[in-house]
Amino acid sequence: MNRRDFLKTAGLATASLLMPQVNVWAKTSGSAASNSGPTNKLVVVFLRGAIDGLSVVVPYSDPNYYKVRNNIAIPPPGNQLGVLDLDGHFGLHPALEPILPLWKNKSLSFVLNSGSPDPTRSHFDAQDYMESGCPGRKATSTGWLNRLLAQLPDNHSPVRALNIGSTTPRILQGPVASATFKAELKRRRSPIDNEVIASSFERMYEGRGDSLERAFQDGMEARTTINEKLSGEQMQANGGAIQAARFGAFGKQLGKLMREEPKVQVAFLDLGGFDTHVNQGNGKGQLANHLQVLGHGLSDLAESLGDTYQRTVILVMSEFGRTVKENGNNGTDHGHGNFIWALGGAVQGGKLMGYWDGITDRALYEGRDLPVRTDFRSVVSSVIGEHLQLSSRQLQTVFPDFSSNSDTVTGLLKG
Amino acid sequence: MTNSADNPTNARPYARPYARPKARQNTRPKARQKVTHTFMAVLLGLSADAGLICNEVLAKAGKASQTRIDRPDAVPKVDSAMKNSREGIAHLLNRTTYGMRPGDIERVQAIGVEQYLKEQLSPESIPLPSAVAQVAQVPALTETPLSLFLNYGKPALKALSQGGGKTPEEKKALGKVVRETYGKMYQDAAKAHLTRAVDSPRQLQELMTDFWFNHFNVSSDKGLDHIWTGQYEESAIRPYALGRFRDLLGATAHHAAMLFYLDNWQNTAAAYRPVLNNPKAKSKFKGINENYARELMELHTLGVDGGYTQKDVQELARVLTGLGLQPGGGAGLALRNVMQRRQAAGQLGQMQTNSIDMQPFSRRPRQRGIRNYGDAVSASTIPGNPKTGSFFDARRHDTGTKVVVGHTIQGSGEREIEEALDILSRHPSTARHISYKLAQYFVADKPPDSLVQKMAATFTRTDGQIAEVLTTMFDSDEFWSNANRNNKFKSPHRYVISSLRATDATIDNVLPLLAFLKQAGQPLYKCLTPDGYKNTKEAWLNPDSLINRLNFATALGANRLPGIRVSANPKGDVTDSLSTISEKTVSAIEQAQPQLRQSLVLGSPEFMMY
Repeated sequence: MNRRDFLKTAGLATASLLMPQVNVWAKTSGSAASNSGPTNKLVVVFLRGAIDGLSVVVPYSDPNYYKVRNNIAIPPPGNQLGVLDLDGHFGLHPALEPILPLWKNKSLSFVLNSGSPDPTRSHFDAQDYMESGCPGRKATSTGWLNRLLAQLPDNHSPVRALNIGSTTPRILQGPVASATFKAELKRRRSPIDNEVIASSFERMYEGRGDSLERAFQDGMEARTTINEKLSGEQMQANGGAIQAARFGAFGKQLGKLMREEPKVQVAFLDLGGFDTHVNQGNGKGQLANHLQVLGHGLSDLAESLGDTYQRTVILVMSEFGRTVKENGNNGTDHGHGNFIWALGGAVQGGKLMGYWDGITDRALYEGRDLPVRTDFRSVVSSVIGEHLQLSSRQLQTVFPDFSSNSDTVTGLLKG
Repeated sequence: MTNSADNPTNARPYARPYARPKARQNTRPKARQKVTHTFMAVLLGLSADAGLICNEVLAKAGKASQTRIDRPDAVPKVDSAMKNSREGIAHLLNRTTYGMRPGDIERVQAIGVEQYLKEQLSPESIPLPSAVAQVAQVPALTETPLSLFLNYGKPALKALSQGGGKTPEEKKALGKVVRETYGKMYQDAAKAHLTRAVDSPRQLQELMTDFWFNHFNVSSDKGLDHIWTGQYEESAIRPYALGRFRDLLGATAHHAAMLFYLDNWQNTAAAYRPVLNNPKAKSKFKGINENYARELMELHTLGVDGGYTQKDVQELARVLTGLGLQPGGGAGLALRNVMQRRQAAGQLGQMQTNSIDMQPFSRRPRQRGIRNYGDAVSASTIPGNPKTGSFFDARRHDTGTKVVVGHTIQGSGEREIEEALDILSRHPSTARHISYKLAQYFVADKPPDSLVQKMAATFTRTDGQIAEVLTTMFDSDEFWSNANRNNKFKSPHRYVISSLRATDATIDNVLPLLAFLKQAGQPLYKCLTPDGYKNTKEAWLNPDSLINRLNFATALGANRLPGIRVSANPKGDVTDSLSTISEKTVSAIEQAQPQLRQSLVLGSPEFMMY
C-alpha cells in the first residue's frame, strides 16, 4: 500500500479540502503508480454564450413548441430542413447531421433539463460557477477540471491535461498544470521552436534541480509532443469562416493527439457565439451555422480518436439555457435549464436521459425557462465516478458543495 | 517532498552550482565572463547573495561594493550602511518598484535609502513627467460612472443588442461603435495603467495600486465594469493606496464598479415590494443578495478565518440593503422627468420616487418619450453620489436592528453602512489579514509571523495608516534578511512591466502586452474571482506560462513587438536589472549571438525572480 492509498483508506483524503492548494506538478510525487494499460479519458466542450438547447434536441411532437416559436421553430422530420428524428418525439437539429451516426450506434445521449441550480442569468457568473463547480460561491479559485486532475493518478506527463485555446480557462485553473495549444490549420512556429534559441535557454535552465527547471523541461516537452504529433497535419477548413476553420480543426487535431499520446487524461475546449438574442434562425441561419461547425468538429473528433473513442466520454455543456418562447427579435433570451450532451464509446447512448415535463407554462422555471431537474454536477459526478473511477470522497473534493443524493443520473454510461 | 530550492525560507534559487559558500568566496570572474559582465547588471540589480554577484558588474559601475558580505548565510546586520550598499539598494528597488531601470541604483545611492523611502511613501512629493500625467487624462479615468455609462456604455449596448448587424456595412458600423466606446474605455485604462507602471517615478504608489486593486478586485469582463474599471482604479484605489485603510474601504464600497461586480446593487430588503409602472415588468430587486457582504468580510477585511459566521454575513447583507447604483439611462432620465414635474408642481418635499421601480442602468430602458439619450444629464438632478456612481435607495433598505460580529447596529438607514465599515476596518482580524497580505506581496510567499505581528500592531495603533504599516515592514530585519531576497517569483504582470523597465522600452501600443498577459492567465483587469490575482510562485510558475515568457522575452529583446521599442543597445547590455546571476546564465549568454543576448537575459531564470 502506498501513501496515497493509505490516506484514502484512512479516510484522510478529504483533508486536502482543508489544506492550502499545493502546486502538485511542481513536486515530483512518487505515489500512485498509474494503472498500466490505457486509461479512460474525458473531454469537456464548453459552449459559451448559452446555446439554445431546444434547437439542439427539438420536442417536435409537442404542438406547444411550434406555438411559442413562430419564427425559429425547426420543422418536424421529413420536411425541408426539418429535424432528424431521434425517438419519435424529439429530433436532432438538421445541422447536427454529422453526429447522427453516433446516436444510431448508441454512443450519444442528452441529459434533458440539466444545468446549474444557481438562478443567475448572467453569462459571466454562470460560466464562472459552472467552471468552478461551486455555483453561488464566488471565491472558489480553482476549476473543477483541475481538482479532478488532482484526483487522477499522476502519470507525470506534461500533456496529461490538454487545453485547446490560447488561455488557461477557469475550469482548468489550479495547481495541476495543463498544456495549451491552438488548433490551427497550419502549425505556427514560436521563437522557442527555433533550435538555437531553445538550446540557449536550455543551457540556462538545465541542471538547476529546482522548480524553474522542471517547469522549463515540462513546457518544452509538451511543446515537442504537440508539435511532433501535429506536424504535417494540414487541416481542411470547413468553409471560409475563421471560426469554422478553427472548430473544424479542433476535432481532428485533438483526436489525433489523444490517440497517439496515451498519457492524455483530460482535454478541454470552448466554443463561442451561441448568444442568439437576434435572428437565431431555424433549420438554417446563425445558430445552424454554428451547429454545423460543432457537429463536424465532434464527428471528426470521434473518428480521429479511433479505438480511443471507446475509452472516452465527451461532455458538451453550456452555462444556462435560453427562453422557451422566442423574443421579438426572432431570437431567444437568457434562460435556465439546458441539455448536457454525452458522447463516446463509454456512453450508453441512443436514448435521452433526465426528466422532461413538457413546455407548458406550469412546467417551466419562472414560467419561461426550462427547469434544471438534474444538476450538472450530478451528470459530471456520475461520469467521472464510473468512467474515471473516483471514489465518493474524491468526488467531494471535485465538487465540495455538492452531495449527489437527489436526481442522480444512472445509466448514462455502459455498466 | 518539497525541494529545498523551492523553499522560500532558505532559497538561494540561483545558487547552483555556485551554492556552496566556499565556492562563492573564491569566485572570481573568469576571463570569458568579461564580455557579458558588462552586460548583466541592470537586469539583475545587485543583492547580498554575494557569491552570486558578478564582480565585474560592480566594477563596471565603478562602485564595487564596500559592504560585501563574505558569509552570505549570515543574517545581515540591518543598519544604514547595509541598506545603502548596492546589494541593499538593489533589494529595496526590487521590492518597491516594478523592476529596476538602468541607473536606478545610482539614483538611490545619491539620496540614500531613507530619503528614497520617504519620497516613495508620499508620492505627491515626486514630480510626474508630463507624459505620465497626460496618459491619465482620458474619459475612461476622469468621467463619472454615470456619464461613462451614458457616453460609452449605452451606445455599445445598443449596438450589441442589434445582433452584430445584417449587412457587412452594418456589421462594420456596429463594430466600430463598440470599439470606440466599450473597447476604447478598456484600452485607455489599460494604457494608462501600463504606462504608469513602467514610467512613473512613483513606483511604490503604482505597486500599492496594483496590490489594492487585487485586494478589492473587480473584473472588467463583467458587463458594465468594462467601462468602469479604469475609473474605479483611478478614483477609488490610487488616491488611497498609501493612505488610510478605512478610506479605501469606503471608496470601494460605494463605487459603482464594486456594487455591480458583487451584485450589491440588487441587494434589497426581503420585505420590499416594487411598484412597477408596467405590470408585466419584472423587478431586478428580489430580496437579499449576500455576495458583497460575504466578500467584504472574507476578502476585504476580516479574512476567511477572521472569526465571523454565516449569520454575520446575513446581518451585514441586511445592513447593505439599498446601497446600489445611481439610477441612470432610461430609468434615470424618466426619474428626472418625474421629479422635475413634481418639483414644478411643488410636490417634491422629499425624495419620492415611488412612481417607478428604478432599474439602474437598465439594459432596456423604458421609453417614455425620451429618445435623445445624448440629452445632457445634469448630475444634480440624479440622486446619489456622482463621483462614485452609487445611490442609497432607502425604500429598499432593511430598517431593522442588526448584529454584526458582536456589534449591534440600530436601523438608521445609510449611516449603518459607515458604522459597519468602521467596525470591520478596526477589527483585529483585519489588521492581521491586511498585514499578512502586504508581507506576502513585499517579503515572502509565506511571510514570517514575527513580521506580520509587528505590522498588524502598527495597523491597529495608527488606525490603519497604510504608509505606517509599510514603514514598519521596511524597517524590519525580516524584510532585509538574505532568505527574503530574490525569493519572489514574478507574476506575469510584474514580469512584463519589469522587462519593459529593464529595456527602457517606449510603448506606443499596449495590445501585444495585453495579449501576453491574457495568454499568461493574468489578463489586465479581468480576474474573474473577487479574491484578485495571487502573487505567489505557486500560483504563477507553470510550464506553459514559463515557455510563454521565453517567447515574449525573445520577441521583446529582438524589438519584434509592434509598437514597442526597446532602447537601442548594441551590446544588449540590460543586465543591470538582475540582482544575481549564475554562471550557467552567464555562460549561456556568452555563447549566444549578440543579437540574442538581451532576450536571453529577459528569459533567464534570474529575471523571473525578484
